[in-house]
Amino acid sequence: MRRGIPTWLKILMPIVGIGLPLLLWSFLSYNGLVKDIFLPTPDKVITTGLELFREDDLIKDILASTGRVLGGFIAAALVAIPIGLLMGTFHSMEGLFSPFVSAVRYMPVAAFVPLIIIWAGIEEPAKILIVFMGIVLYNITMIVDGVKAIPDEVLNAAYTLGANRWVLLSKVIFPAALPSIINTLRVNIAGAWNFLVLAELLAASEGLGFRILRSQRYLQTDRVLFCILIIGVIGLTTDYALKRLGMVLTPWAEQGERQS
Amino acid sequence: MVDLSPLPLQSNGSPSQQIVPKLSVHGLSKTFQYQSQPLTVLDNVDIELQANEFICLVGSSGCGKSTLLKIIAGLMSPSEGEVRVEGEAVEGPGSDRGMVFQSYSLFPWLTVAKNVEFGLKLQGMAKKERQERIAYYLDVVGLSRFANALPKQLSGGMKQRAAIARALANEPEVMLMDEPFGALDAQTKEQLQQFMQEIWERTHMTILMVTHDVEEAIFLSHRVYIMDAHPGRIRENLQIPLPEHRELEIKLTPEFLNLKRHITNQLGH
Ligand SMILES: Nc1ncnc2c1ncn2[C@@H]1O[C@H](COP(=O)(O)OP(=O)(O)O)[C@@H](O)[C@H]1O
Ligand SMILES: [Mg+2]
Repeated sequence: MRRGIPTWLKILMPIVGIGLPLLLWSFLSYNGLVKDIFLPTPDKVITTGLELFREDDLIKDILASTGRVLGGFIAAALVAIPIGLLMGTFHSMEGLFSPFVSAVRYMPVAAFVPLIIIWAGIEEPAKILIVFMGIVLYNITMIVDGVKAIPDEVLNAAYTLGANRWVLLSKVIFPAALPSIINTLRVNIAGAWNFLVLAELLAASEGLGFRILRSQRYLQTDRVLFCILIIGVIGLTTDYALKRLGMVLTPWAEQGERQS
Repeated sequence: MVDLSPLPLQSNGSPSQQIVPKLSVHGLSKTFQYQSQPLTVLDNVDIELQANEFICLVGSSGCGKSTLLKIIAGLMSPSEGEVRVEGEAVEGPGSDRGMVFQSYSLFPWLTVAKNVEFGLKLQGMAKKERQERIAYYLDVVGLSRFANALPKQLSGGMKQRAAIARALANEPEVMLMDEPFGALDAQTKEQLQQFMQEIWERTHMTILMVTHDVEEAIFLSHRVYIMDAHPGRIRENLQIPLPEHRELEIKLTPEFLNLKRHITNQLGH
């Protein structure tokens, strides 16, 4: 099941995987099987998109949205990494944080939006806070699992070589958990984009999510589709960047620890 | 460096004075809570290792060998009894008791040399001295060529040799080894048994090795502790009256086979 595949198949499969939906889209739209207002043709989406760049300053929206996502994402990483490491290492810390983390994880972030407006207003901090809240608890839970997966032998070996708790945490647990931390961040940056659209429901005047919602109001399906595609492209780029980061920072990790 | 010259004489060593053992375990018991029932895994265990002794502890699987080693290493606390290193009671782990585990204990993000260096850095050793020690012990275990390799690039046997080098380099008072060859194939295992004997001949390290392989225990040790299971107790403390230097062929001699039969009988009593 997990055997490698020949190169030609490796190249062919993604082409088929992307080509087939594209073909279906073209088939349905060019033949008029689905109305333009529901599904515009691919070339119309592209032309509209280029127009958006030229005349509507789409770059500004892309930068605004990317900034919010990165802000929330980085804040969530900075909070989750130390808490996750501590919770995974010390039972006392797990006892302290885990009731809160498990309970709040089940509360939908959307339900917090009214509260966030009261606390943080409707400007940038509120939007970043929504992205942050959307992913921080998933970060923590996944990092805790990563820490717990470190073999006991590794920790015990460090102790018998003279390590104290601080050395254990900084010199053993952190590097040992790094592949799973990077992997966690990779999975959850996709989540960050989900929460961005929610955040831009709040009185935004720019941003990709904001554009999508406004275009929907005017039934500009081509614009909606183009903005979604842009998000997809940005997502793929960040995913690739984090994957590279993983290979650069943890070249020692076994294949299985680094999901593709 | 390891001192290969003869041991200095005890300066105050009058014949009547008893030599303090390198490692001693007195009245050690351990009871776990298992499904809210107390489970006594170790019952009143006494062990003594003199300096430079190579001792094996054999027992069937699940009789509490790993638990005993972990308590000696300070990774787990006993329910009763105490552990002394050179007469001093120890609590908690320390670099005076090095340990080699069955597997997975190398730090995968560090090269072989950096793995060996880990404990030396914690001792606060100067860089030059660290490098000399690393070079020396990698040579002892025959891994000099792999100093800059990552653990994932090593075979199982090489990984264990690297783990042994790492523990040796710290120059602990006692080396604890928990079935270090248990996960290896038969051939690699025999190679490493010979290798372990050479290590001992070169370093005269005080070693307590746990195994469930009776042949391995007889081949390597000067003395064997035979353990009973449920609860874990020391059943017998058996001298191995074989020459100090042994080749693998010794496993076929009548003396060796007699010892093997005796221990096997004791274990399966
Ligand atoms: N943390 C623990 N809690 C409960 N029981 C344990 C624990 N650790 C070991 N045991 C039990 O103690 C017994 C001895 O285990 P162990 O020392 O690993 O044996 P050995 O190394 O000789 O195979 C086993 O029955 C095992 O299930
Ligand atoms: Mg064991």
